[in-house]
Amino acid sequence: MSVLAHRLREPSVIPGFGITLGVTLTALSLVVLIPLSALFLKAAGLGFSDFIATAFDSRAMAAYGLSFGAALVAALVNLFFGTLVAWVLVRYRFAGKRILDALIDLPFALPTAVAGIALTTLFAPNGAFGSVLEPLGIKVAFTRLGVILAMIFIGLPFVVRSVQPVLEDLESEVEEAAASLGASRLQTLWLVVLPSLLPALISGFALAFARAVGEYGSIIFIAGNMPGQTEIAPLLIIIKLEQYNYAGATAIASVMLIISFVLLFVINRLQHWRQSRMEGR
Amino acid sequence: MSLRLSTASLTLALLLGFAPSVKADATLLNVSYDPTRELYQDFNAAFARHWKDKTGEVVTVNQSHGGAGKQARAVIDGLEADVVTLALAYDIDAISEKAGLLPKDWQKRLAHNSSPYTSTIVFLVRKGNPKALKDWSDLVKPGVQVITPNPKTSGGARWNYLAAWGYAQKQNGNDQAKAQDSSKALYANVPVLDTGARGSTNTFVQRGIGDVLLAWENEAFLALDEIGRDKVEIVLPSLSILAEPPVTVVDKVVDKHGTRKQAEAYLNYLYSKEGQEIAAKHFYRPRDPEVLKRLGARFPSLTLITIDEAFGGWQKAQKTHFEDGGIFDAITRK
Repeated sequence: MSVLAHRLREPSVIPGFGITLGVTLTALSLVVLIPLSALFLKAAGLGFSDFIATAFDSRAMAAYGLSFGAALVAALVNLFFGTLVAWVLVRYRFAGKRILDALIDLPFALPTAVAGIALTTLFAPNGAFGSVLEPLGIKVAFTRLGVILAMIFIGLPFVVRSVQPVLEDLESEVEEAAASLGASRLQTLWLVVLPSLLPALISGFALAFARAVGEYGSIIFIAGNMPGQTEIAPLLIIIKLEQYNYAGATAIASVMLIISFVLLFVINRLQHWRQSRMEGR
Repeated sequence: MSLRLSTASLTLALLLGFAPSVKADATLLNVSYDPTRELYQDFNAAFARHWKDKTGEVVTVNQSHGGAGKQARAVIDGLEADVVTLALAYDIDAISEKAGLLPKDWQKRLAHNSSPYTSTIVFLVRKGNPKALKDWSDLVKPGVQVITPNPKTSGGARWNYLAAWGYAQKQNGNDQAKAQDSSKALYANVPVLDTGARGSTNTFVQRGIGDVLLAWENEAFLALDEIGRDKVEIVLPSLSILAEPPVTVVDKVVDKHGTRKQAEAYLNYLYSKEGQEIAAKHFYRPRDPEVLKRLGARFPSLTLITIDEAFGGWQKAQKTHFEDGGIFDAITRK
């Protein structure tokens, strides 16, 4: 065992590799791996042709499309606004800054059902915002736009909290140097600030995206939940469960998990590849 | 210090829902569906009084509410319900079938198909009925928005769906293809599919979406009281369905808890005069002819079809209409 452990790791001066890795693997297995393998095991009980029929019928495909598509849009919006919020919080001093800073985390703490009901109340055709938007022909509640809105709400803190600390650590001397070498403000932003922020941006984006894909509580209130149109994949899972179709529910869950894992893995590799390229330069 | 401690523990006890002075000799858990909250709050208190008078024993009944499908699944997955009082027989069948907690013929154990009260499906429309919606045939017209929950997740929604189907079936001389066409047209008019009956009521009432809400009669009456008769009104279609929400003791659980005596008495008390009166007060139609006569003025009579004669029972209806790949999937597929 110790021979194997020695072979698998690079020599380190810090002791305790065996025990920390052991605890990590045990905890990870109990909390993450075992429940997930149970999921795949249950889905496997369905048999190949039934699995394909359940997991890839047109209704399920529409639900994946909505869940992943809307999550992508929401994460992109959050990427932009989240970065802007982080920028404002780090770079400027103004009254109420601390309160604003604390507000950012609220979507983390708020029960998602509350968020969903609040957003629906505001954006329903008779709500405060909805009644203004309705005459303009813009419908938010009970449409795909509503789904995206809920996802933006719950995902915003992830980008802000990923970008903020990196931005704080960014030394202003670097920007001053760029300026004194004749770079315009836009050039400084684009060529100096942005590249240093990129890893934080990517991980914030990935977190917001993953959170949005899995979101259920707030979306079912604001989406119309119409099959094929505004039905998110997690709702389809719940529907299968309520029909006592456990295997069908796990089939859809497995597909979601695999897509999510592949996407997050790609994002992770992208990050890695970029970093090694930077270091090699 | 000790005062503060006792205040704290009292607060805690209250928060947890226990009154510290009452010591319960027996506790029952009644797992029910969405709109029966108010009914069972009242009934539980009445039963506790009755049981105390009769036996001297203090019985506490805890309630759990939610969509009928979800509730049945919770019992199957191990929620220890002494009694279940659900929206339709199919969900209790599922408990019997999947978990074996009660015998297959459970529905024969109590009178009236084990349904101490009944209800039906009615329309709730905006005040003055601006779109003149009088019957099921008006709901399929273009431009009418119908609010009903998803029959895959809501028991009430299944009754809604079947009532509409029953009407179309009758109009078209039992032609199933035509019934399917009008069902398709009806669901094309549905802008939001909530997961439960209460969700749909909220969509219609709070969000102001839709021209008509298909609702349990008791939910419709409740909505009248909650939001006022000046905002909405009830319309009775020419034909609807007799909804029989059944009740039963969960045998394996009561035998484990030793609460069979109390659980059976609890359900039987639903059939008593007081139980029937409470049901009527909460807008469920009582079975007792005397109570119905005395308090039944609010329940207008209308033609009611039953699930057994129109659809050949729940098992068959479920299989044909609501299972994956059934007719509901076909008509909502784009």
